[in-house]
Amino acid sequence: MRRAGAVLLALLAPLALGQAQSPPPVPAQAQAQAQAQAQAQPRLVPDVSQDQIEIRYSFSGAELLLFGAILYPGGQTPRHPPDVAVVLKGPLERIVLREKQKVAGIWMNVERVRFRSAPGFYAVASSRPLRSLVNERTAAIYELGLDNLQLSPGGGVSADVLRRFEAGLIDLRRRSGLYNEYPGGVAIRQGVLYSARIAIPARVPVGTYTAETFLISDGRVIAGAAREIRIEKLGFEGFVANAAEHWSLTYGIVCVALSLLLGWAASALFQRRYA
Amino acid sequence: MDIYLPIAGLSVNALVIVALGGVVGLLTGMIGVGGGFLTTPILIFFGIPPAVAVASSTTQITGTSISGVLAHTRRRGVDYRMGAVIIAGGVLGSLLGGLLFRLLQETGQIDTVIALLYVVLLTGIGVLMAKEAATALDIIKPRSAPRPHRRHNPMIAALPMRWRFYRSGLYISPLAPLALGFVTGMLTVLLGVGGGFIMVPAMIYLLGMSAQVVVGTSLLQILFVTAVTTIVHATTTRSVDIVLAGLLLLGSVVGAQYGARFAQKMKPELLRLILAITVLAVAFRMGLQLGYRPEEIYTVQML
Repeated sequence: MRRAGAVLLALLAPLALGQAQSPPPVPAQAQAQAQAQAQAQPRLVPDVSQDQIEIRYSFSGAELLLFGAILYPGGQTPRHPPDVAVVLKGPLERIVLREKQKVAGIWMNVERVRFRSAPGFYAVASSRPLRSLVNERTAAIYELGLDNLQLSPGGGVSADVLRRFEAGLIDLRRRSGLYNEYPGGVAIRQGVLYSARIAIPARVPVGTYTAETFLISDGRVIAGAAREIRIEKLGFEGFVANAAEHWSLTYGIVCVALSLLLGWAASALFQRRYA
Repeated sequence: MDIYLPIAGLSVNALVIVALGGVVGLLTGMIGVGGGFLTTPILIFFGIPPAVAVASSTTQITGTSISGVLAHTRRRGVDYRMGAVIIAGGVLGSLLGGLLFRLLQETGQIDTVIALLYVVLLTGIGVLMAKEAATALDIIKPRSAPRPHRRHNPMIAALPMRWRFYRSGLYISPLAPLALGFVTGMLTVLLGVGGGFIMVPAMIYLLGMSAQVVVGTSLLQILFVTAVTTIVHATTTRSVDIVLAGLLLLGSVVGAQYGARFAQKMKPELLRLILAITVLAVAFRMGLQLGYRPEEIYTVQML
């Protein structure tokens, strides 16, 4: 629900910003002009290669193609076409991040910080490096870039420690492919068609992902669009994971039964060596 | 051939896991130890989360012990009364150990505790076995003549409320086997081992059980306690990976059969020495893992 709100906000924001920068609405003529200007903004028509990814037994990762078209008012491509940034974000998770330190010669978990809204997956691709597209404030508003994730840390930790933990989490997930930045990862063809490839590693969390596309011109986000993608564990593996979570007693009994059956069958097959 | 482990949450090469099960099964068949104390650390070296390694190894042991239990039952090599007492203790230990496991998981210390316990346990077993094997092979000389073995431990004889265990040839308090079962039950749930390597010597030297029922009764307790522990893990820590356990089992049940045949061609003392060296190597590797800066300083736990 909160995520849907955020997406809606992100979609509305360019309109609001666009209006805020139009001249003050004194006469009706000016108002009409502002409206025309809002309408004159290009629109995005996004699509994804798959809106459902299924994790199966041999799942070793997938690649998602996010693509779409930019529709310009009047069908005229401007001399300096806008840039595109694509954000793929996984479900928000409540996590505890632990940090190992050396205690009496042994590396063990010592400090910890809770985060209430760490995305299980985050990837941003842009046609040029984000830093050269938007300023820090805009990047923070749209959560563009790994430094701008809203992780909602729990209280009781100093800013220094928090910064260290945030960097630790981002680094950890970056190396396992869960967090990624692809500067220059969006290709725009003739200013109209854009596409980006985002790698989905094997260990992604399941759930609803959002793919947001932002059209950026002169440091401003002038249009945005969002799509949802479901990543599910299906097939036998999904069934097992689900059973272990929701039918844990039955699952345990089945595990024991299977183990007994296999052990018994093998000894029967190989003629009882103990007999 | 990569296969996705649904609970561990990662892909592994299925053949490697089957081969690991096979090697451990081979050792089981050759030497007669369960091998759980090798499976779990090696799975951890492969990057399987320690909790999943422990729980799934427990499930595997149930499967490898069934054929032994059946064979010993046929030979009347099981003292059911003694078995029942030890199993009762084992189930208590498993339940309490399950709580402890959960508590350690919540405070983030379970991985360190598992590794530490393994280093201590494996070093202990390894040194004892190496000494015994080296003495038998005349590599080292025993320091003194073996002390005459006393059948009844005075401390155990002092316990109240004696029961008669006919097949074991004992008249002792059930509290002693109950406590023994409790300790091994704790080890099973925390480390994913059957505990036969502690149970068998304790039955012989502490309880003074008659030799022909020792192995069968120990296997019976391992069968029941690992089965209960699998269910304890499945319902509390949710770390039993049925695919992982199945792959291990596939290798180990086959390996055990070949191990038994292979064993007849080799000196048992030499086998023991090889096992002792393996165990010490695993302990050393586990210890290094504790002392070296880990690859990942940060770990994520879901709430």
